[in-house]
Amino acid sequence: MSLLVITIGLFSLGLYGILIRRDLVAILASIEVMLGSATLLLVGLAAAGTPMGTHEGAVEATGVMVIVLAAAEAAIGLALVISVARRFKTTRVDELAEVKG
Amino acid sequence: MAAFLDLGWSVVLLPLLLAVLVAVFGRVLGRSIPVVAIVAPLWVFVYGVLSVLDGVHDLSRAGSVEWLTAAGAGSLTVGWAVDGLTAVMLVVVGLVASLVVLFSVGYLHGESGLPRYFASLCLFTAAMSMLVVADGLVGLFIGWELVGACSYLLIGFWFTRPAAAKAAVKAFLTTRVGDVGLLLALALLWREVGDLSYAGVFAAAPSLAPATVTGASLLLLVGAIGKSAQFPLQIWLPDAMEGPTPVSALIHAATMVAAGVFLIARTWPLFSLSSDALAMTLAVGGLTAIGAAAAALVQTDIKKVLAYSTISQLGFMFAALGVGAWGAAVFHLVTHAAFKALLFLGSGSVIHGSGTQELEEMGGLFRKMPVTGVTWLIGAGALAGLPPLAGFFSKDEILHDVALAEPVWAILLFGASLMTAFYVARTTRLAFFDTYRGNGHPHEGGWSMRLPLIALATLAAAIGFAATWLAETLGTHHGSLDLRVAAGSTLLAALGLLAGWKVSGVDHTGSMQPRMATLASLMREGWGADRLVERVLLAPVASASQFLYRFVDRKAVDGIAEGTAPFARRVGRAFSSLQSGDAQWYATMLGAGAVALLAVVSYVGRGL
Repeated sequence: MSLLVITIGLFSLGLYGILIRRDLVAILASIEVMLGSATLLLVGLAAAGTPMGTHEGAVEATGVMVIVLAAAEAAIGLALVISVARRFKTTRVDELAEVKG
Repeated sequence: MAAFLDLGWSVVLLPLLLAVLVAVFGRVLGRSIPVVAIVAPLWVFVYGVLSVLDGVHDLSRAGSVEWLTAAGAGSLTVGWAVDGLTAVMLVVVGLVASLVVLFSVGYLHGESGLPRYFASLCLFTAAMSMLVVADGLVGLFIGWELVGACSYLLIGFWFTRPAAAKAAVKAFLTTRVGDVGLLLALALLWREVGDLSYAGVFAAAPSLAPATVTGASLLLLVGAIGKSAQFPLQIWLPDAMEGPTPVSALIHAATMVAAGVFLIARTWPLFSLSSDALAMTLAVGGLTAIGAAAAALVQTDIKKVLAYSTISQLGFMFAALGVGAWGAAVFHLVTHAAFKALLFLGSGSVIHGSGTQELEEMGGLFRKMPVTGVTWLIGAGALAGLPPLAGFFSKDEILHDVALAEPVWAILLFGASLMTAFYVARTTRLAFFDTYRGNGHPHEGGWSMRLPLIALATLAAAIGFAATWLAETLGTHHGSLDLRVAAGSTLLAALGLLAGWKVSGVDHTGSMQPRMATLASLMREGWGADRLVERVLLAPVASASQFLYRFVDRKAVDGIAEGTAPFARRVGRAFSSLQSGDAQWYATMLGAGAVALLAVVSYVGRGL
């Protein structure tokens, strides 16, 4: 139960960060938090012995893969942020709303 | 000669061929169109005369081909058969049509559209011959519909005149009501008999259920009423006068409108088995005879007088059919064809010469147009029933037969005869006597117009004496002249002529006394039948159409069709405001959507 509370709290915290922070780097960080919460839930449920744990090691492997993907994503994301910062001289997301229809 | 007469189809096919020829090569033929066109009715006339002389007066001279075969339901044949009645009709059709073609040469001189006109006349001749020589109801029906189509084409000859175009449509649609009756009669007989040839139907008629015979006869009567402009479908004939006058003489006086009488005479073995249908025929004929005669009393247009007169005379024929005297009806058909075609062509000559149809603008034409005047007097005398002209004999025979069978209706017909004499005298005096009231220069037409008048006048004077011979040809009995009826009707005719002469001397317009004005104007409009049809039939249809147009078509159908583009534009504009480019706004929507989806899924799936 506490596992659910913690992961939902973490997930909401990440979402909240995405929605209210204007800075691209902060948003990227918030996404990492959300990813982390999801991974934590996955691994936590497997450890708690729910039916998910029947395939031994599969869940843990998935968790590790998500972490690796998150690292890769962070690398690409930060690279994009740098290129955006170079081009637009800002990393504030509300100033980047150029696709006005 | 017998082998020659075996070419029964030629009276249909030759005119049809000539119609196509005139229509296609009209421009090439130019002035010789009438020369080509007149061959068609002349051939019909010659064939008819030879058939009469040949003396084969049952339906034995015949030929037919199988037309349609329906699996398990027998087959339809179309064929021709010539008996006395057919031969007489062919003579009438061929003769009047030939004279009308001749008359048209002078009457329509210099008009445009002559190839169309003469091609239509040839087509009409073909259709009328088909109607007459068919050996069964299928062939008759084909001819029946085609003469209606030709009538439409020829009434609308001057189709640029709105009145003519309207009259053509009206004639077509009104007769169509009757045609539905005829078609239903065919369907009924097909179901009950399984054969639509006259021979087959007549052979089966005595063994049919009485209700079937009466039903079929009444449906045939409906068809006859429509074609012959009898009450209550008489409204189209006065309007049909918008067509060229020679057409009125041929189609709307002598031949097509008489097809109803021919139909009943032809299917006589069926009609004679149903006393109800006969009583109905008598009632229709009697009412039409007197109603139309009354309407003719006060017309101001010379052709309208003749139109109502035609309706009235056809009423006489129907009355004769209603008391079983089909021979008398056909006799009157023949004499009427002669003298009414004469009167119509005479009125055409008058219209051509004086340039007007209004009786008010005529007068004194007898001196200026002597040939027309003399021939008109002969035709008028025949119509009024003066001895020894043609109309006297045939009308006398009808009155005699009706008086023997149904004295009450005979009184009505005597009344109609009196009115006939009255309007004949009135029209004659207004057009031909006293002083000229118009402001043109009336003149006689050329020889092509005078010759048909003289030929028809000769017939109108002499044909009455052929009664016995005609009865032999038809195979009916011709009674000797009934002196009491003859004396009575002659007296009535003289009385009517005298009264009509006197009254029209006092009052040209026929409005009579002021207190009679309302009645007179009602009669002038044909008893308001047109207005009744307009109110009862046309107005509801028109307002329903208006409603459908305004609300269903304009608002609903057009609204949906025309509304799609603005709708799409409005929706697009509404959603484009969501596309702000603000990534966080998107994320918010995404989150809200996910939450909403979760809520829905957990709500729907709560029981699982």
